[in-house]
Amino acid sequence: MKRRPGIEADPVDCNRQEIRFLERRLLLKGALSLGALGLLTGCDVTDEETVHRVLWNMSRWNDRVQMALFDPKRLAPTYAQSAITRPFPFNAYYRESEAPVVDGDSFRLELGGLIRDRRPWSLAELNTLPQSTQITRHVCVEGWSAIGKWSGVPFRTFLERVGADLSARYVGFKCADDYYTSIDMATALHPQTQLTLRFDERTLPRSYGFPMKVRIPTKLGFKNPKHVMAIYVTNVYPGGYWEDKGYNWFAGL
Amino acid sequence: MTRGVAGRASPDVVIRVHPLTVRITHWINVTAVFTMAASGWRIYNASPLFPFRFPADITLGGWLAGALQWHFAAMWLLVCNGLIYVGYGLFSGHYRRNFVPISLNSLLRALADTVHGRLSHTVGEYNPLQRLAYLGVIAMVILVVLSGLVIWKPVQFQTLGSLMGDYPGARLVHFISMAAIVLFVVIHVLMVMLVPRTFVPMWTGRARRPR
Repeated sequence: MKRRPGIEADPVDCNRQEIRFLERRLLLKGALSLGALGLLTGCDVTDEETVHRVLWNMSRWNDRVQMALFDPKRLAPTYAQSAITRPFPFNAYYRESEAPVVDGDSFRLELGGLIRDRRPWSLAELNTLPQSTQITRHVCVEGWSAIGKWSGVPFRTFLERVGADLSARYVGFKCADDYYTSIDMATALHPQTQLTLRFDERTLPRSYGFPMKVRIPTKLGFKNPKHVMAIYVTNVYPGGYWEDKGYNWFAGL
Repeated sequence: MTRGVAGRASPDVVIRVHPLTVRITHWINVTAVFTMAASGWRIYNASPLFPFRFPADITLGGWLAGALQWHFAAMWLLVCNGLIYVGYGLFSGHYRRNFVPISLNSLLRALADTVHGRLSHTVGEYNPLQRLAYLGVIAMVILVVLSGLVIWKPVQFQTLGSLMGDYPGARLVHFISMAAIVLFVVIHVLMVMLVPRTFVPMWTGRARRPR
């Protein structure tokens, strides 16, 4: 598969070979190996399209259930300084040396969609906004987790500052690589959702998403985009890189 | 088995051993548990807790996202079916009649009988070891569901998670309860193979017992 660098917590990190299984029909090949299931249920498991559609619809149903379970006021657990995972794992399906290089001086965060003031932001300007710090657990869809320390602008503060339509449904992110993802507005406004500029008290290193990432401790890792270049607010479902391939969209913790 | 000859009354009586609700939920549960285990093994393989992976051929989903889709679809089947089963077991008296009491003495006696190859299987009755096994596997399914909830939603269900050692602890609990369920299934199927006359009643609900 073509290398597509630069995302956070891609579910493929430990298993490069997983990438080779991306084709959807393989999704079902595994299903067929459990032929007994078809015998037991009386379902025609060989009808790949039907199975695929049912599973996809269940994932959309699970999005709605998760939205209902999400408590906008409930904070993700925070940890002591000593609990930080060191070294914090570099997480991508490319080597650390292949992470995208973004020039911090010329970087301008682009804004789009349902936002009143779409003027681009430089790093220096973002640094003048109120900052917060969190030590939270990053949970990867693969199952592993690690505790890290992130600092930056509370995302809610930023959205309010630029006059985003807070009643819109989605916030989308575009990254320096081809990665893209999106979240629900309720999560965007959660007190711990953060425009992250620093990791462990230092400027966010390139391997963790320089110049900017979005840290969302109430979402799985792949919903925490790195190297964010553009943010837009929309009512049209924006999907995401992994989400469009079959990973659950809401992916809330 | 019946020794009945045509034209003569059978020396056996036909008794109802498994109520309809138990039979239906049992076979739905078989489907749910197989799907959850096979897709769960695929998910496990993405980031193994222990130094081994499950052979891909016995897993379900084809890749991580596919396995997750199966897992989070079949969980509804497992939980809804399980609630109906447990609700029925509690309110119909099925558990009270068949699974309790289990005394330590009777358990030890049954264990000794098993070791000496003397443990008998009486159709329609649950011996102490069976009672323990069935109550145990019900407890394990409850535990696998609770730890699964914590893994799925470690923030929303953090109070429950704190009882299991947070997210990493819940993964361990989830794995161990899965392993216990699989162990139960293996023994359960072996027992049916040893006493094959118990198989058909799980479908028909009826069994013959010597008069």
